[in-house]
Amino acid sequence: MIISKQKDRQELLAALEGRDRIFLVGCAACATACKSGGEEEVFQLQEWLGGQGKEVTGSVVIDEACHIMRAARDLRQHYAQIEEAQALLVLACGAGIQSVSGSTDRLVIGGVNSLFLGNVRRFGQYEEKCSLCGECILNETAGICPVTNCAKGLLNGPCGGMEEGRCEADRDSECAWVQIYERLKTQGRQGVFARTVAPKNWAKGGKPGKHKLK
Amino acid sequence: MSKLQQQLDAGQFVVTAEIAPPKGSDPSEALAKARSFSGVTAINVTDNQGANMRMSPLALAALLVRQGQEPVLQLTCRDRNRLALQSDLLGAAALGVENLLILSGDHARFGDHPEAKSVFDLDSVQLLQAVEGLTLGQDLAGRSLEVAPRFCCGAAVSPSAEPFELMFQKFAKKVEAGAGFFQTQAVFDPPALERFMAAARPLGVPVLLGVLLVKSARMARFLNQHIPGVQVPEPLVERLEQAADPLDEGVAIARDMVAQARSLCQGVHLMTLGHEERIPEILHQTG
Ligand code: SF4
Ligand code: SF4
Repeated sequence: MIISKQKDRQELLAALEGRDRIFLVGCAACATACKSGGEEEVFQLQEWLGGQGKEVTGSVVIDEACHIMRAARDLRQHYAQIEEAQALLVLACGAGIQSVSGSTDRLVIGGVNSLFLGNVRRFGQYEEKCSLCGECILNETAGICPVTNCAKGLLNGPCGGMEEGRCEADRDSECAWVQIYERLKTQGRQGVFARTVAPKNWAKGGKPGKHKLK
Repeated sequence: MSKLQQQLDAGQFVVTAEIAPPKGSDPSEALAKARSFSGVTAINVTDNQGANMRMSPLALAALLVRQGQEPVLQLTCRDRNRLALQSDLLGAAALGVENLLILSGDHARFGDHPEAKSVFDLDSVQLLQAVEGLTLGQDLAGRSLEVAPRFCCGAAVSPSAEPFELMFQKFAKKVEAGAGFFQTQAVFDPPALERFMAAARPLGVPVLLGVLLVKSARMARFLNQHIPGVQVPEPLVERLEQAADPLDEGVAIARDMVAQARSLCQGVHLMTLGHEERIPEILHQTG
């Protein structure tokens, strides 16, 4: 799931400067789960905008705002309300915002910051475990990602900052390499320690995003 | 061939020390400090140590060469991607800098630019491989160099880091990746050093023991709390506390560690933190 967080209200207000009629868009998937852009947040934002002297011409919560076709279809159904508005304010992750900005010529203002691809521990508590590097090394690291969980993204073992199993960058966290080492040991495997991992091919992460998956 | 390389090859006892580049554009003080070192084969030049921005170590290393001293250029993976690292390496060779110490680098979070984007495009093992590739005439993309540089390339190790086996696996990878010598994090604990050297010796790579001049009990406690892999044992902290002159006591402790190094390692890397004038005393052989 994409973890996102609403931008602060002052920043939103500045972005809305001079636009008094707003159409609101939320997302029924990740942004709802993160409480950054579901029905409830759209409603709260509508109330707040009213208090700021703005008019909300309408709103929609798209099933999955990242779904380009679905976003386009849902927006078409609110054509008149969108025409009336001077801007669309979108409470969805950056991908969702761009589905919307790709389907309208109207000004689109993003209302959230996207943070990371998150695992859910429980609602409201998310953990970053994968940073989508395009060249997955988990099979050799006992299922623990050093690209994401090692503060330096090292691929060949711990740095000199590891102390008593804790990470140099955050003494409250375990060093990812100690976790990898210990889990490999319980599995009786050498894993990533059996070879020297070559420099990462960052091109596989594919920026700008032109992935062709068949 | 660098003097450092010659002495390492000849199995001589090698002494290195270090200086930090200035936080400013005038190198004269750092250069004067380097000139005051005596009995030292090569001088490490630190690379934005602790992620604090300072003058480029490559520039200071080249200035050391110019004043007839031999630098060990420290190069970290934190601040440069693989293009910048390799081009700095070729530049270093062109400027007469032959000795390198390859490091991953401290995390930017604790430096003076905590908002910086850390690079870590390569890790220290991969950078060691890149250095070896360059000396063989090939860059990381597999392209040939017109003229290959020559380096004496080392790496770092924390002999008392735990888990020992995990630390040692990384050490072994660095050896395999072409590290020609090691400088260690400061060690104050002879048994920990013996344990490490017993495991390291069969790999046949020279190890220079990191010897840090501890000036006071307060500094020892600070090291214990804040510097990863450095542990000053309690009896030594007490010795410093009770000493009439803690700095003299620190010199005595450093001397003991140099004596350890003489029997277990192939040299020492001295970190004297502003007390370079004590180096001859620290190195002075007793008994
Ligand atoms: S190695 Fe790459 S793809 Fe695999 S979990 Fe880590 S970041 Fe994700
Ligand atoms: S302590 Fe471990 S997790 Fe933290 S940066 Fe170093 S190797 Fe990575």
